[in-house]
Amino acid sequence: MRIEYFLKIVSLLLKGSIELLSWSERENIIYINLRSGVSLDYVLNIFKRSSVLQATQLLDLWAVDLLSVKNRFVVNYLLVSLRFGFRLILKVSVSPSTSLISIASVYPSANWLEREVWDMYGIFFKGHPDLRRILTDYGFDGFPLRKDFPLTGYTEVRYDEVQKKVVQEPLEITQEFRYFDYSSPWEKI
Amino acid sequence: MGENIIIGADAETKHYTLNFGPQHPAAHGVLRLVLELNGEVTERADPHIGLLHRGTEKLIEYKNYMQALPYFDRLDYVSMMAQEQGYSLAVEKLLDLEVPLRAQYIRVLFAELTRILNHLLAVTTHALDVGALTPFLWAFEEREKLMEFYERVSGARMHAAYIRPGGVAQDLPVGILDDIALFTKTFDFRLNEIEELLSGNRIWKQRLVDIGVVSMGDALAYGFSGVMLRGSGLAWDLRVAMPYDVYSNVVFSVPVGVHGDCYDRYLIRIEEMRQSLSIIMQCLNNIPQGHIRSDNKKVVPPFRAQMKYSMESLIHHFKLYSEGFNVPEAEAYAAIEAPKGEFGVYLRSDGSNKPARCRIKAPGFLHLQSLDFMSKGHLIADVVTIIGTQDIVFGEVDR
Repeated sequence: MRIEYFLKIVSLLLKGSIELLSWSERENIIYINLRSGVSLDYVLNIFKRSSVLQATQLLDLWAVDLLSVKNRFVVNYLLVSLRFGFRLILKVSVSPSTSLISIASVYPSANWLEREVWDMYGIFFKGHPDLRRILTDYGFDGFPLRKDFPLTGYTEVRYDEVQKKVVQEPLEITQEFRYFDYSSPWEKI
Repeated sequence: MGENIIIGADAETKHYTLNFGPQHPAAHGVLRLVLELNGEVTERADPHIGLLHRGTEKLIEYKNYMQALPYFDRLDYVSMMAQEQGYSLAVEKLLDLEVPLRAQYIRVLFAELTRILNHLLAVTTHALDVGALTPFLWAFEEREKLMEFYERVSGARMHAAYIRPGGVAQDLPVGILDDIALFTKTFDFRLNEIEELLSGNRIWKQRLVDIGVVSMGDALAYGFSGVMLRGSGLAWDLRVAMPYDVYSNVVFSVPVGVHGDCYDRYLIRIEEMRQSLSIIMQCLNNIPQGHIRSDNKKVVPPFRAQMKYSMESLIHHFKLYSEGFNVPEAEAYAAIEAPKGEFGVYLRSDGSNKPARCRIKAPGFLHLQSLDFMSKGHLIADVVTIIGTQDIVFGEVDR
């Protein structure tokens, strides 16, 4: 099959920097777990420029929080090869204290996507042209998509009639947050 | 248009900053644009987004798979069912679930109705921003009819929650297929009327032709998808390139632009509506009888009638609506050709009844990012045209 052909190419091109290579026939997606410490812009440049892959588009970039692992964040890069019609998901593990190299110079579409990951997870991207928060409010503190960030948040916002402006205050919930956990202790269906 | 910063007595300083939005009809919702202008020419556009951020991805982590579905209606709130389809496909991939053929046809049928629903809004509000009110009024009449079809299958005009993991919620009501067929006949005529007002219109062309030109290379580099990508001459349509549901069984053509300007993208949207009509007719002709949900009882809830006599169904019903279904530990990415572009859902399951991570890949987010380079050197009035052509809806940009 064709996907096996691309798998072979990927493993040849990135010899030594791949930790795990898997694929899904049904989805036409190749999953690549990169070894930590591999130069990311180098790898992505290969994907973008090699004529046998031509993964010219970076369509999405997101992080996953695993919480219990040492390198708790996994940053995923979704690349698409329009020429050959397959997708690549590149995974890099990163700990909260380390940073990643920004790839906005390789794929301009990464600019906002990296800003979103920074906003939501606090993963720093070195060399990013403009790493501001993007989705959260002006003056927001904390990284909301981390697993240890509560769903309700820490602050609430209201309009103060006396001061005639919007004020942020510590959260005050009259009813305790109810977490409906219905998962059964018995055998999973 | 926000507050004007008055230029001082010194007429030499021409640069000034203009705050556009967030309360402006041409901002398509809650877009705040900080424009750096030189006279009337845009030097830099800095979109400030997030005013409609509701934390959908975070909320979904606290809901079970069934409860997460209605959030997808509320992302891009003019193409609701398309996103339900994207989410359902992702869950089905995780579970390795087969969907019956009839359900797949219903999905494609409604996905195409949704495409018309979206493009009608996109084209005519674009025209409204540019100054043509009439097509908008006509299109919203048609949209109302389309939303009546939504209502007939799901009970809701907009937020349908109709396409669900494993199939669709209910079978089609009697007579709806005839009415859709009737609609496609009259709608073809309405489309001609809208085109008569716009396509050859001198003002419309003056405002759109050669505005917001995107080269093929830029379209790729900035991660465009959907109409924005095809406008620049790339024939990439997920319905053809990576068919899902029964798109491999229908025949249609993919319109592609030549110049990559706003006018090309407008023409593509009109042509896509015609192609959608053709797909709808093919679905109406070929839709088979049969089941509308998968028969995997551990995932798909039973019909109410069954619960009256089957103890097993009653138990399943109770379990599915309290605990929900558990999904084996895996990850999946499913993408569909939503009206605005590639809408993708990445789901990561940790084996429980709630997704450990749900990433929503919204096409509008990347399109809006490129507003800066698309509007560079254009007049401020053209910024409005470019926002219109990008077909931005803030529900999905901010999530």
